[in-house]
Amino acid sequence: MATVILPPRHYLNDGYGIASWLFTRDHKRIALLYLAGVTFFFFIGGAFAVVIRLELATPVGDLVTDETYNKLFTMHGVMMVFFFLIPAIPSVLGNFLVPIMIGAKDLAFPKLNLASWYIYMVGAAFTTYAIVTGGLDTGWTFYTPFSTVSSTSQVVPAALGIFVTGFSSILTGLNFIVTIHRMRAPGMTWFRMPLFLWSTYATSLIMVLGTPVLAITILLVAAERVFHFGFFDPTLGGDPVLFQHLFWFYSHPAVYIMVLPAMGVISELVAAFCRKPVFGYSFVAFASVGIAVLGFLVWGHHMFVAGQSVYGALVFSILSFLVAIPSAVKVFNWTATMYKGSISWDTPMLYAIGFIGLFTIGGLTGLFLASVGLDVHVTDTYFIVAHFHYIMVGGTIMGYLGGLHYWWPKISGRLYNETLARISAGIIFIGFNLTFFPQFIVGYLGMPRRYHAYPPEFQVLNVLSSAGASILGVGYLIPMIYLMWSLRYGRLAGSNPWGAVGLEWTTTSPPPTENFAETPVVTWEAYDYGAPVEGHVA
Amino acid sequence: MLPEAAHHAHHPSLAHHFDSLGQQKEAATLGMWVFLVTEVLFFGGMFLTYAIYRAWYPEAFAVASHELDVTLGTINTVVLITSSLTMALAVHAAQLGQRKLVLWFLVATMVLGVAFLGIKSVEYYHKFEEHHVPGPGFQFEREYFRHAQLFFSLYFIMTGLHALHMIIGIGIMLVMFRWTWRGIITEDYYSPVEISGLYWHFVDIVWIFLFPLLYLIGRHGP
Repeated sequence: MATVILPPRHYLNDGYGIASWLFTRDHKRIALLYLAGVTFFFFIGGAFAVVIRLELATPVGDLVTDETYNKLFTMHGVMMVFFFLIPAIPSVLGNFLVPIMIGAKDLAFPKLNLASWYIYMVGAAFTTYAIVTGGLDTGWTFYTPFSTVSSTSQVVPAALGIFVTGFSSILTGLNFIVTIHRMRAPGMTWFRMPLFLWSTYATSLIMVLGTPVLAITILLVAAERVFHFGFFDPTLGGDPVLFQHLFWFYSHPAVYIMVLPAMGVISELVAAFCRKPVFGYSFVAFASVGIAVLGFLVWGHHMFVAGQSVYGALVFSILSFLVAIPSAVKVFNWTATMYKGSISWDTPMLYAIGFIGLFTIGGLTGLFLASVGLDVHVTDTYFIVAHFHYIMVGGTIMGYLGGLHYWWPKISGRLYNETLARISAGIIFIGFNLTFFPQFIVGYLGMPRRYHAYPPEFQVLNVLSSAGASILGVGYLIPMIYLMWSLRYGRLAGSNPWGAVGLEWTTTSPPPTENFAETPVVTWEAYDYGAPVEGHVA
Repeated sequence: MLPEAAHHAHHPSLAHHFDSLGQQKEAATLGMWVFLVTEVLFFGGMFLTYAIYRAWYPEAFAVASHELDVTLGTINTVVLITSSLTMALAVHAAQLGQRKLVLWFLVATMVLGVAFLGIKSVEYYHKFEEHHVPGPGFQFEREYFRHAQLFFSLYFIMTGLHALHMIIGIGIMLVMFRWTWRGIITEDYYSPVEISGLYWHFVDIVWIFLFPLLYLIGRHGP
């Protein structure tokens, strides 16, 4: 292997000092600003989870009161969903990679991109204010009339925080859509784009179409609380179920905002570490768009017990089953890509395999929940909690961490400690399953979610879950340490440490401010792994 | 960084990351259209809420709607449509590089926008005096008391958010005025005025829907 040296000029040394970061318009620096933001809120949200799992280690409410517990799971949900899971992959990895992957110098609207980060931080500040001045106890779902009438907690600042943050999501999605349409390098046709971009594009569509509906809904809740307007107030003839329709019209597709980008990451990882083109490229690409479209038609499956008509429930049930088709296309195609591939078990690949397994379990249990009869049985039990954590944590966070490890050498220019990274990937996988698999069982046995106390016969499974959570927590802390360590002491990565293809690996690590010395001209298809690539270290 | 020499031929308004003014204009235009799609969904949530309650409580909505001032509403509709005309003329003048005309039409658009907001505030003031603002002080004939509050809740949030969009629009026009004044807007580079126009027309169209839905319920012939 040739000696690698840092490029003399790159985006990280193009200006020093706090102002060069806070007023930057470079998409790569903005990605790092987001990385700081989402990591911070991930650990805040995680801290709430720690207290939740501690409380649930015993059947009686001995650590916190029931009201405090309500606030804990609400704030865990709000922080994780709106301030970590939704922005994580699009705003960090997407921001960094979208322009580089299409051979552009930046996103179409760099100032708007920076504004998105500030909007995100302002929204987070509102919500943090709500948390430190009394908290929020409505559940992350803000169901009316509890949120508009009964709750005495800080609903309005929290709602405004989510309203504001929504615009960060909208503007990021808008920026990606325009960039992918208008900024592709010569020869970078739609069907030569990496699949990460297809899934980012599909995600952006959901962000742009769904988020404004949540924004107006949450604004109506705040207006109802502040001005006594009566949009969802039954005493005035308003309908609380209408709130649920509006809320889930966004919040179900929001699940796909979380998992679609992770799927895009997995496509990149599987191709890179099996050294093969992704099997059935166009099917995987269209599956992303298919999931985005179908995702808008299934919100009613959150309301099977909410007084929806039987026929409505049946239609939503059938449509929800349909989501399984594009999802399964992806899983089968990743598996087919691995078949007879020359697989190397680097850390990102471990996360990719973890994702495929956990997402499959999460997806299959989703089919349970799409069937009306079974869903009525498990509604509001830990079965639901386990299901969506398999998708959001097992799916999104696995994809996020896998992507972060894969592109870390590109982002930082340095390699992390591979042994530690593999160990922590294993710890996370074991800790995750130990935390959430028992919840499927305890939920199926009938333990309801959102209670701080439970019948003693459920204790064994809950202790397993709490034990798993502590392992998972350690697993999340280790990457924090070795990734920070690598920034200073890691070996230099060189431009293509994995021997992967894709435009991002043709420029230096870290890339120059405008990404490429000159605009690339693309003459090859995506995942062109036909010939062995030089410089692969693994 | 690219060598400075590569930049010397560039138009002063061409951002560093675009290859040409044409690409920059296409990106800006698409960006505004995508944003307007977002806006459609944003107002869509309110229109859906309106549609459901109107279908459930048609009589109360008709009675409550009669409390609105159709004369002022009609005048405002005319004011706003005229502002769309001046906006379109401003865009046309910008395309032709007629700087003075652009400035005049932008001023006219802003004046009409402010007039709309003035008339709207008069209407709000009347509603406040008549105790038609939802909440503890709300007064209405007994039979429709509850459902009329739903109507007025929708009236205030829909027209209120529309007015907020107008205020933002006037702010954008001020920026356009300044850019035109300083000679940034030229016949080579008029897309900022054009996409501001897209936004202004969108806000107009929202009103075109709001006016009949809120003011004209049950006012058609026998």
